[in-house]
Amino acid sequence: MKPRVAFFDFASCEGCQLQIANLEEAVIDVTKLVDIVSFREVMKEHSDEYDFAVVEGSIMRPMDEERLKTIRNHAKILVALGACACTGCVQRMLNQWPISESTDLVYGDADAQDIENNPYFDNFPTKALDEVVPVDAYIPGCPIDRDEFCRVLAALVQGKKPPVPDYPVCVECKKKENVCLFELGKVCMGPIARAGCGAICPSHGSECEACRGFVDHPEEEAFTEVLEKYGIDIEGIMQRKTMFTHRYIEEKKDGDEQ
Amino acid sequence: MSNKDVNIAVHHLTRVEGHGNIIFNAKDGVIEDVQWQVSEAPRMFESFVRGRPYMQMSHVTSRICGICSIGHALASLKATEAAMDIPVTEQTVQLRKIALHAENMQSHILHVGYLVAPDLFGAGSVFPMIETHTDAVLNIIQLHRLANEMSDLLCGRTTHPITLMPGGFTQIPTESQLANLRTRLEHILPVCDDVLQLVLDNAHALPDFSRETEYIALVSNSEYALYDGIIGSTDTGQHPVEEYESIANEYIVPYSTAKFARHARESYMVGALARFNLNSEKLMPQAQKWADKFGLKAINYNPFMNNVAQLLEYHHSVTDSIRLIDAILDTGLHPVSAPSYTVKAGRGIGAVEVPRGILFHDYTYNEQGICTHANLIIPTNQNHCNINKDMQAFAPTLLNKPEKEIELNLEMLVRAYDPCISCSAHYLTVKFKS
Repeated sequence: MKPRVAFFDFASCEGCQLQIANLEEAVIDVTKLVDIVSFREVMKEHSDEYDFAVVEGSIMRPMDEERLKTIRNHAKILVALGACACTGCVQRMLNQWPISESTDLVYGDADAQDIENNPYFDNFPTKALDEVVPVDAYIPGCPIDRDEFCRVLAALVQGKKPPVPDYPVCVECKKKENVCLFELGKVCMGPIARAGCGAICPSHGSECEACRGFVDHPEEEAFTEVLEKYGIDIEGIMQRKTMFTHRYIEEKKDGDEQ
Repeated sequence: MSNKDVNIAVHHLTRVEGHGNIIFNAKDGVIEDVQWQVSEAPRMFESFVRGRPYMQMSHVTSRICGICSIGHALASLKATEAAMDIPVTEQTVQLRKIALHAENMQSHILHVGYLVAPDLFGAGSVFPMIETHTDAVLNIIQLHRLANEMSDLLCGRTTHPITLMPGGFTQIPTESQLANLRTRLEHILPVCDDVLQLVLDNAHALPDFSRETEYIALVSNSEYALYDGIIGSTDTGQHPVEEYESIANEYIVPYSTAKFARHARESYMVGALARFNLNSEKLMPQAQKWADKFGLKAINYNPFMNNVAQLLEYHHSVTDSIRLIDAILDTGLHPVSAPSYTVKAGRGIGAVEVPRGILFHDYTYNEQGICTHANLIIPTNQNHCNINKDMQAFAPTLLNKPEKEIELNLEMLVRAYDPCISCSAHYLTVKFKS
């Protein structure tokens, strides 16, 4: 029997689920491998009986937390789909301020009675899925790489460990024989960012922002050496390159305080 | 008039982008409650873009929406370029217009082909249609694939563009890649015609419902406005983009994390139908012919015709992209060059027509080029109120139908707007507290 797969989403742009539609004809191959039993973005049918839950999005409210726990209870395997689910993505930048400051800024002109005690508006600081429930597999990236999604899904169906790389983007960039962006006066997170994207941004002349997070054990010393060679201050870089790395900044800060 | 009780609560409407609910209650044949709710978690982009360097702004804001990330990036770049007087070349504008066409094509065919077509064929999703309507699905996939590969070529990727930057591009296609794209666009036209014919043959499944409302879209003297133009209204004529805040008057309702908007009336509509209603005579001739076949004339007040307008725009975007490629190849492709400008403080507004309607990004930068204030007005946000008003007018006409059919019709109404809810819940004005 084919495994039953359900897709779910929380706070996100839904661009990672869109990559499933972007598989084009290969979607038909996916439906041969698994039964898609729930996928709100593209289908009306829904079932609470599923083996794999593939979940996109960050957790930002108590009502979202409850829904994620229910999904976890139903699923044998829970997959975090994309940067929002894996790390909190760009909306994790909200965590630099008290949440009330952002809600005041955004909904400041609302009537208090409409907003207070209203579960829709009850935001807490942005969380990744594994800060709420255990996660069995991660497909990182903003957006995910479609082929990697297929590889991970195929591995899970076979009961194997998903093949997500643990080496830096520089490896893939060098294999493509790109001119190093540092040589062009740009600043790139490639030396410590997790590969698997095919170095798609540096290959198009754009700096890597580490949307797939860092490798498990980043070579910070080597990265600092590269930056020093080009006369770049690491503190300045870590302050600027925070689009996708706020989770690490928070964890580092927590570690330093302990 | 029926005297029955109806209670419908569609929690998390399917086949739309983001989370919204439909509530419909009638007692003894009298409607007590009919409402479109937006329950998406607010991500509050306007708060966390504060502190971002100008070079990152289009990359951050493209993450508002997976489907219209190119449109967000372009509105963002136009705002930044306006704030700092960053020049762009004619070729950059032409290539950006092709990128925007690619996204318009991708988004429209995703909506009509994958999300709406199941309603026309009585299916729950496109998946069973792979068996029952194989040729139609394969045609739709072809249209979708071409649109995505066009985005890959222009932007480096389908979702969240890589190559778009202030003042131009980090990388552009070669002449031969553009010529190859042109050939593929020519070859897709018969497929596009087939899909249009299929929808025309099944157009009777679209409800015949009209309600007069206001339509707002960019307008231009020179073309069917998408990348550039001034604000046009079917009620009040033309307005400069700088006046956008007086057009989109937003307010908050307790059942929606997205703000609602109104202008000359209690609500207005944006999107493909609004663009058609304001610009139909500027459509490319082949798309105009299809409009005639559907009997679509401006001003059309049936929101379900938004689906048809989207398909007309797909056709238009194909032929207009061919025109743009010809213009680029005629003058010869210029290599990318670094734009010349000085980072400075200022405010800039960018307006672009994205698949679901008119989009505004408004940024203020300090002297270091750091964003200090942002206001983003998203298309679906502007449509929420019109969806509610349509629903209130449409629901009484459905009361005699079985409950399942009422539910389907209300779902189809919301879906016709192609709401992009995760976008709309990110909008909102940021005002700094003094």
